[in-house]
Amino acid sequence: MTDMSAPANPPFRPSMLIYDRRYRSMTFQVIVFILVMALAWWLVNNTIRNLAALGKDFNFGFLWQRAGYDIPQTPIPYTSDDTHFRAAVVGLLNTLIVSILGCIAATFVGIIAGVARLSNNWLIARLMTVYVEAFRNVPLLLWILIVFAVFTEIMPPPNAFRGDDPAASMILFDHVALTNRYTAIPTLAMTNDPGSLDLGARITFNWATIAFVLVLIGGWFVRRMIGAWAQRVQDQTGSRPTTWWMSLAVMTVPSLLLIWFFGLHFEAPELRGFNFAGGLNVQNGLVALWLALTLYTGAFIAEIVRAGILAVSRGQSEAAFALGLRPGRTMNLVILPQALRVIIPPLISQYLNLMKNSSLAIAVGYMDIKGTLGGTTLNQTGRELESIVLMMGVYLVLSLIISAGMNVFNSRVKLKER
Amino acid sequence: MKTSVFLGTVAAATLMAGAGMADTLADVKARGELNCGVNTGLVGFAAPDANGNWTGFDVDICKAVAAAVLGDPSKVKYVPTTGQTRFTALSSGEVDILARNSTWTFSRDTDLKLDFVGVNYYDGQGFMVRKDLGVTSAKELDGATICIQTGTTTELNLADYFKANNMAYQPVNIDSNAEGEQQYMAGACDAYTTDASGLAATRAAFADPENHIILPEIISKEPLGPAVRHGDSNWGDVARWTLYALIAAEEYGITSKNIEELSKSSQNPEVQRLLGVTDDLGAMIGLDKDWAKRAILASGNYGEIFAANIGEQTPIGLARGLNAQWTQGGLMYAMPFR
Repeated sequence: MTDMSAPANPPFRPSMLIYDRRYRSMTFQVIVFILVMALAWWLVNNTIRNLAALGKDFNFGFLWQRAGYDIPQTPIPYTSDDTHFRAAVVGLLNTLIVSILGCIAATFVGIIAGVARLSNNWLIARLMTVYVEAFRNVPLLLWILIVFAVFTEIMPPPNAFRGDDPAASMILFDHVALTNRYTAIPTLAMTNDPGSLDLGARITFNWATIAFVLVLIGGWFVRRMIGAWAQRVQDQTGSRPTTWWMSLAVMTVPSLLLIWFFGLHFEAPELRGFNFAGGLNVQNGLVALWLALTLYTGAFIAEIVRAGILAVSRGQSEAAFALGLRPGRTMNLVILPQALRVIIPPLISQYLNLMKNSSLAIAVGYMDIKGTLGGTTLNQTGRELESIVLMMGVYLVLSLIISAGMNVFNSRVKLKER
Repeated sequence: MKTSVFLGTVAAATLMAGAGMADTLADVKARGELNCGVNTGLVGFAAPDANGNWTGFDVDICKAVAAAVLGDPSKVKYVPTTGQTRFTALSSGEVDILARNSTWTFSRDTDLKLDFVGVNYYDGQGFMVRKDLGVTSAKELDGATICIQTGTTTELNLADYFKANNMAYQPVNIDSNAEGEQQYMAGACDAYTTDASGLAATRAAFADPENHIILPEIISKEPLGPAVRHGDSNWGDVARWTLYALIAAEEYGITSKNIEELSKSSQNPEVQRLLGVTDDLGAMIGLDKDWAKRAILASGNYGEIFAANIGEQTPIGLARGLNAQWTQGGLMYAMPFR
């Protein structure tokens, strides 16, 4: 043998698990893994044994029993004869409604407030600072309760609209009534109803709605094609054709034709009996929750937007101006694409926060999934563990879906290294 | 080291699991305090007064049990629970007894693993409306907006009643009586529905009770009573017979005033047994001879408790009605102490 000079591998001894760097990290990982598993096993085992001691089992059969309670806002048809499962779905849809409305509105509020806070106008900038600080630093639940209390205490009750000389009157040409229970708004009605697409389980979509959605999606694609054509012309000739009227026409004319075809019109609400009927009564719980979530999350988004804009160095906009770009194009083509890279990741977590914060809905009697599955259903059936586990699963899946969607968007705007 | 941690975990898990089977009576005695689940605030039934002391019809049940078990009616920790949290609080062991105007129903007794120990108030669900609404019957409430506490039997009764009468309504879900009161006062609902006793208690707290009426329809049976956890029969017996002792005391004319005298002089064998003069009934449920005497002394017999908290002399002004003694044509009937 010739390699006597090289250090031979010493034989393995147990103490090397601690003292030998090659094994030490592995040892600690194994120990931590065993501890974590033991903790998980203990939690599960403890739960099972305590449930057994109480004589309870773990079973989701209750979801198929009759719910027996009513829900104020039902996006899909629901009566007290339906199952707890359907009640949970109604709650989930209500969660989604307020979350989606909240995300859209909070984004608008956040962008406006964030840009305005950077404004050179002293008053606007200070006002936005006050807004951001007031909403960021007071608990959300208080804002929800305050907004709800304002609606309940200040708005007139529906019967104030009654009589020849009513104490309150409807606004917007007698089409909208603000009351202390709900905001009565007109519904869309059709003289030429095409009927509905039945998806089973009493879930239907009106064909007119489907037609509008398809027309809007089609319009969006045509608009992109117009943009690409304008780009081609600009590349060839150097001057960009005016396209705004084409885009506008593509987005509106087909919709207007559909409106004419279906005979779409507003049906104003009117007072019948105790309440307004004929229109759509948007509950104050939803409006209060939506407003509070919007303003609260908007304050955080404003700060994110401000940080994103400040992250783009001033030289970028100066260079764009030097090339002769107008301020609008500078924003769209130079500043925003760079700012979005900074803005999108924290924006995702704000959307997630908003969706999870919507579970405070029960404070204003808005029946979201926490109110149906985690509230009345849990209480009437006594299935605490099952309901909570199911609810955690639902929120987890919703969060992951939002994250996945936003990550796709993020990967499109982030810095592409070539 | 790994093994010992693991074994320790196993031991702890077994201990925790064993806690589910515990003997509540022994626990309460060891703790020296009774944890009693009550309403978050319903005047006459359970509400803290200006000094923060809990008073009310349900609170007096807690006091009687504490007096019977611990010898002191003040050794009670009151745990306010909402309609949503009350049963979880009981089944998780946060409270030993739930005295919170809860309706005795089949599914609560069986599926929710509660044991109702008796009925301390026979109630029914009613509606309260403003007088100027011009409504005189619940049948005229078609299309009305109605405030309702979530997680209650009243929520289910309401749905059934409107369905049976082919009427529509708009529910406003609220979490507690205080919130319901606020919504109703602000006019956010046309009617407020809960147990008729609760409506009377709520109305009594208004600044203008004369402007509100309780509609004549009673749409359900709501037997309200204290409840304990399923599976600890001895503790259930203690609670059940403490309640019966209060009801029996009224039947035999034992009041907090004459109890000392009666325990010395009464020749009625039933009274002698109840007050521990002759037989030792207390030993059979793990208590001493004087348990019933102390329970009655805590706030008086059933009739005294009723009169002091919700009776016709109080602002709530409830008549005895169904809650009179069986000898007076009511439903209050204590099982024999023998």
